[in-house]
Amino acid sequence: MDSEELIRLEDIWVRYDSTAVLEGVNLSIRHDDFLGIIGPNGGGKTTLLKVILGLIKPSSGKVTVLSGTPQRNRRFIGYVAQSSLFDRDFPISVQDVVLMGRYGKVGLVKRFTRDDKKAALKALETVEMLDYKDKQIGRLSGGEQQRVLIARALVAEPKILLLDEPTTGVDMPMQTEFYELLAGLKHSMSIVLVSHDISAVSIYVDKIACLNHQLYYHGSKEVGPDVLEATYKCPVQMIAHGIPHRVLKEH
Amino acid sequence: MRNALAAGVLAAIACGIIGVYVVVKKIVFISGGIAHASFGGIGLGFLLGVNPVLVALFFSVTSALGMGLVSRRTRLPQDTVIGIFWAVGMALGIIFVGLSPGYAGDLFSYLFGNILLVPTSDLILMLVLDAVIAVVVFLLYKGFLAISFDEEFGVVVGVPVEALYLTLLCLIALTVVVLIRVVGVILVIAMLTIPAAVAKQFTYDLKKMMFLSTLTGIIFILCGLWLSYELDLASGATIVIVSGVLFLVSLGFRTLMTRGRPVAQPP
Repeated sequence: MDSEELIRLEDIWVRYDSTAVLEGVNLSIRHDDFLGIIGPNGGGKTTLLKVILGLIKPSSGKVTVLSGTPQRNRRFIGYVAQSSLFDRDFPISVQDVVLMGRYGKVGLVKRFTRDDKKAALKALETVEMLDYKDKQIGRLSGGEQQRVLIARALVAEPKILLLDEPTTGVDMPMQTEFYELLAGLKHSMSIVLVSHDISAVSIYVDKIACLNHQLYYHGSKEVGPDVLEATYKCPVQMIAHGIPHRVLKEH
Repeated sequence: MRNALAAGVLAAIACGIIGVYVVVKKIVFISGGIAHASFGGIGLGFLLGVNPVLVALFFSVTSALGMGLVSRRTRLPQDTVIGIFWAVGMALGIIFVGLSPGYAGDLFSYLFGNILLVPTSDLILMLVLDAVIAVVVFLLYKGFLAISFDEEFGVVVGVPVEALYLTLLCLIALTVVVLIRVVGVILVIAMLTIPAAVAKQFTYDLKKMMFLSTLTGIIFILCGLWLSYELDLASGATIVIVSGVLFLVSLGFRTLMTRGRPVAQPP
């Protein structure tokens, strides 16, 4: 059970002016983990991912990524940010979006090689988007765009995949397909998925943590109603459609 | 007249390449700031009795780096920083011109351009700046694309985002200087946006967009030049009006072309 530790957060505090977004968060992500982090909007989920990536410097606490600093080792992390961050109208093809993931391997001045292009096509094949490679990114539906962004994260062959609310703007049937895709990837890398949608996440992930400024991590996906109540500060029934244990245990 | 044609083509190349970044990265306002701040250099050139375009080059690059650094490294909102540089640069220019001895006769041509009066020495400067722009964009194409499309992802995969951004602003500063003689500091922004905006309607490949907007720029400038000659109007302003009108035409053309076809809606 005790496998290689990839990410370690020790007593992380993040404060903006006087309000604390993360309060003493401890987290350990190991090889082969498929962790779902759930919590309400504004609970610090995106901040947590950005701390892991070194995009936000914590006010206090220590972040270790692959036994180094996030800045040095984030190139081993595939990051899929919350959608809607980029301009849908941007003149760029799907293939060129994916190639951007290879930047770290290529460097500043060098051109992309045939190998880079091969890797991009392979990543597109993995997410079943190869047929769309020449389309403009903005022409795709939300679910298709999300797949392309995952391909962009996969193309650098990451050891860890971080996904921020990946199913926002994706319709239900596509969501199921999307989680099946992740389930297929979890054997080759550890995955951390952040979402406010507890029911969808809980079916596919192996472990769940709840984040609302503080992190409640249980190392197992059976989360009792007491933890959920502490996280969301509202009755559990409202979140898991009245039957929290059935939803969480049956799968 | 031959100088005018050469100046038109050189200007179109610079704004064709860099205008694409200005439009897709949505940095039109900061480009306007760089252009206006360069007027300080024009004024200082008059005062010192040296070529105003050379001093403008120094001013535009300095203000580009200044705006870029202040807006990235401090918590001041970027548009506030731009507004300050914009106005202070202009004000410096006016003070310098006021202090200059004699009457600054061709001041107007720096403000609104006069493509018919480009001396050969400025033509050589434009050629050099064009070459610098083309080489830098050729080398850093991939990086500029990364920071234009998704800066945050760029940081994660190791793109030197800030250095590239400042480099891009410097290239905008060079483009401004190339364009000063053609359309003047006040109208520069038209040539940095309109050709690229026209090209963007017909392709989603950034390289093709650069070629297309260069071509569009050449057409705009030559049409404007010819019209201003026929109708005896100010050349810089005529070029801008022609560009604006042709932009509307391309917009109408594009609408007709895509009618009945589903257009991707932003979610």
